[in-house]
Amino acid sequence: MSDHHEHHAPTGLKRWLFSTNHKDIGSLYLWFSFIMFLVGGLMALVIRTELLYPGMQVVDPDFFNQMTTVHGLVMVFGAVMPAFVGLANWMIPLMIGAPDMALPRMNNWSFWILPAAFALLLSSVVLSIFADGNPPAPNFGWTFYAPLSSTYGPASTDFFILSVHMMGISSIMGAINVIVTVMNMRAPGMTMMKLPLFVWTWLITAFLLIVVMPVLAGAVTMVLTDRHFGTSFFDAAGGGDPVLFQHIFWFFGHPEVYIMILPAFGVVSAIIPTFARKPLFGYASMVYATGSIALLSFLVWAHHMFAVGMPLAGMLFFMYMTMLISVPTGVKVFNWVATMWRGSLTFEVPMKWAISFVVLFTIGGLSGLMLAFTPADIQYHDSYFVVAHFHYVLVPGAIFSMFAAVYYWLPKWTGVMYDRFWGEMHFWNSLLSVNLLFFPMHFVGLAGMPRRYADYALQFADYNFWISIGAFWFGISQLFLLWVLIKACFLKKGEKATMEVWDNPEGLEWTVPSPAPHHTFDTPPIIK
Amino acid sequence: MAEKTTQYYVPAGSPWPVLASVGLMLLALGGANFIQQSTDVVNNEGTFGGMLLAVGVIWMIGVLFMWWRDTVKESIGGLHSDQMYRSYSQGMLWFIFSEVMFFSAFFGAMFYTRWLIVPWLGGAGTGAMTHELLWPEFQAMWPVVTAPDGRVTAAMGAWGLPAVNTALLLTSSITLTIAHHAMVANQRGKVILFQAATIALAVAFLCCQVIEYIHAYDMGLTIDAGIYGSLFFMLTGFHGVHVFLGTIFLTVTFLRVLKGHYTPENHFAWEAAAWYWHFVDVVWLFLFVTVYWL
Repeated sequence: MSDHHEHHAPTGLKRWLFSTNHKDIGSLYLWFSFIMFLVGGLMALVIRTELLYPGMQVVDPDFFNQMTTVHGLVMVFGAVMPAFVGLANWMIPLMIGAPDMALPRMNNWSFWILPAAFALLLSSVVLSIFADGNPPAPNFGWTFYAPLSSTYGPASTDFFILSVHMMGISSIMGAINVIVTVMNMRAPGMTMMKLPLFVWTWLITAFLLIVVMPVLAGAVTMVLTDRHFGTSFFDAAGGGDPVLFQHIFWFFGHPEVYIMILPAFGVVSAIIPTFARKPLFGYASMVYATGSIALLSFLVWAHHMFAVGMPLAGMLFFMYMTMLISVPTGVKVFNWVATMWRGSLTFEVPMKWAISFVVLFTIGGLSGLMLAFTPADIQYHDSYFVVAHFHYVLVPGAIFSMFAAVYYWLPKWTGVMYDRFWGEMHFWNSLLSVNLLFFPMHFVGLAGMPRRYADYALQFADYNFWISIGAFWFGISQLFLLWVLIKACFLKKGEKATMEVWDNPEGLEWTVPSPAPHHTFDTPPIIK
Repeated sequence: MAEKTTQYYVPAGSPWPVLASVGLMLLALGGANFIQQSTDVVNNEGTFGGMLLAVGVIWMIGVLFMWWRDTVKESIGGLHSDQMYRSYSQGMLWFIFSEVMFFSAFFGAMFYTRWLIVPWLGGAGTGAMTHELLWPEFQAMWPVVTAPDGRVTAAMGAWGLPAVNTALLLTSSITLTIAHHAMVANQRGKVILFQAATIALAVAFLCCQVIEYIHAYDMGLTIDAGIYGSLFFMLTGFHGVHVFLGTIFLTVTFLRVLKGHYTPENHFAWEAAAWYWHFVDVVWLFLFVTVYWL
């Protein structure tokens, strides 16, 4: 049975291009997402450079719009989502005692679609900068509302649409792979309620992906046919309605934000128990809370559309459903805090990221609750308050959890500890700068500064100056991470990591050597 | 979990996925340029899009052929286990579920249009006569048979060709199920007979659908004849594409039946094709009831 099984460790380019190994594919995903994080970050810095002072100075408004659009798309589809898929690839087989993902070739395809999709998307930015006449890249916001994208979208819109199709194909295949792996590849004795929470949150995330990514594909397809084949889905002059676009988009879009945060919950639920030296408080309630959040996520989409106008019953329904989400989320925050309560806490770098995740994500959650109130939302809508809200849940939320995960599992991946000094530098600089960057946005937003404009009224000048300073500071801080990664991954410099790495951590990943060998769990471990 | 097998077959590195990504890139690049160059919405002078798209299609067919050739070899070579069967079958079912969600977007658009947009355009709720400004001949009824340009089109009735099509697809599902039972009972002759009948019914359905489209265009119902034409052609069109792909899928597994690839225990690909076929059948029933009938 095992003779056909031995593979020579592949080398060179083939190892990465033809890989069917979950660890190699995981590394590819993680590096790809980090590169996209830097690319999207540079776009954010173009935005913040323009907004450093009032008045127009660096870019023209159309290019500013292209930057806000592509920054959003790159960060959502290129940085956050692939980063979590990379973690899933690396960790799920290790956590459930499987030899690999269930469908390894499809796994490779899921990854290699992404560079092609982003080459297609980013080519429009390159053309916008360098080609004759500067044909604009997508400039309608990452939400590509019709008719901005249908009737008024630039020529690059069609390339954007097909790149979204490709990203969707990649996500759906990745999600199918995760579900099948978890359902079918668990080691004997690894029952569902023994799964590490990271696996649970990813299982539910994968379900969300399979439900909503095809709906996004439907939305972009309708935009494409409205643009070129004379359909009138989003054109009232043909019996359609632009608001229909928003309904379809946000039916995708709201579960999408949980897709970007549920795996983060899983990461934090792995890290806090390790450094509190206590088992996770309320494991079962965590599982049910994750499931509840996922189910509720299908019933809240129109809270993005209160300002559009809808029947009163609709407003009330979506407002109450949205507020209801704070209950399972509150359960989670409570459980993390309760896990730390009277624990033997130590504050290694991953723990620092995890604790700041809990605090700062909660700030983002509370501003979300403010936005859930329909009458208040009509005031806050499309202001910088919204920008502050979703950046708090995405940057010190999702991305901080990514950083936590990288520092937590890097010794397992590379066999060496991260550089503590630069890790601490990365943490403290990011923590301070991220708050300087995003906290004042609440104030300018409440004071009336609208989002997505290349200029602002003079009274917002001081705040915007400091916001931009925070942005540059945060951007530079990420170079410390780059150095930490280069040192651990390529130079292999640093203290040798033991098999357990941390003080008696829980989980099967700590029962294999550091660095984890190319193939693990060829024969499944027995879980008692 | 792994009662019988202690080892899961993890395939060695494969060139096909990354080449399939190149294929998708060609399809997307060629497709976007082809669409732009064959319509006059944006300024894209040139003719290379169609070429690139054709290359992409051929490339993709070639790569997928080679990829599935590998899996067929593994299957015949005895590398498949029960656990692998579960992985493949669960993967296929989730894929079909994702297809269901794709159709849901279009069905959702249809119900939103029927129940909300059309009454609102007709002045329900606020009493504002929005359509007076946009579309003077608009009448708030479903289907919307006055096109924005003033043409009067026709609703596609349910009891002509669509009813025949329903009968064809339902019969094809029955013949396929008989073939499925024969497959499990190891009666190859019966599988061949009933699968051939299924494919014949599938081709008949596709022919009827072409006739139906010609009929629709004759009556002035085109894809640009307002929202009814949009929904009618996108829903039935995507369904037709899926029937076409399902027919290819059934044909490939039919050829493999002829080659004797399947056993009563190991015929996952055949089963996947059958599941896919039942899925397009169910989508058609929804289409028949909601698009044609009601």
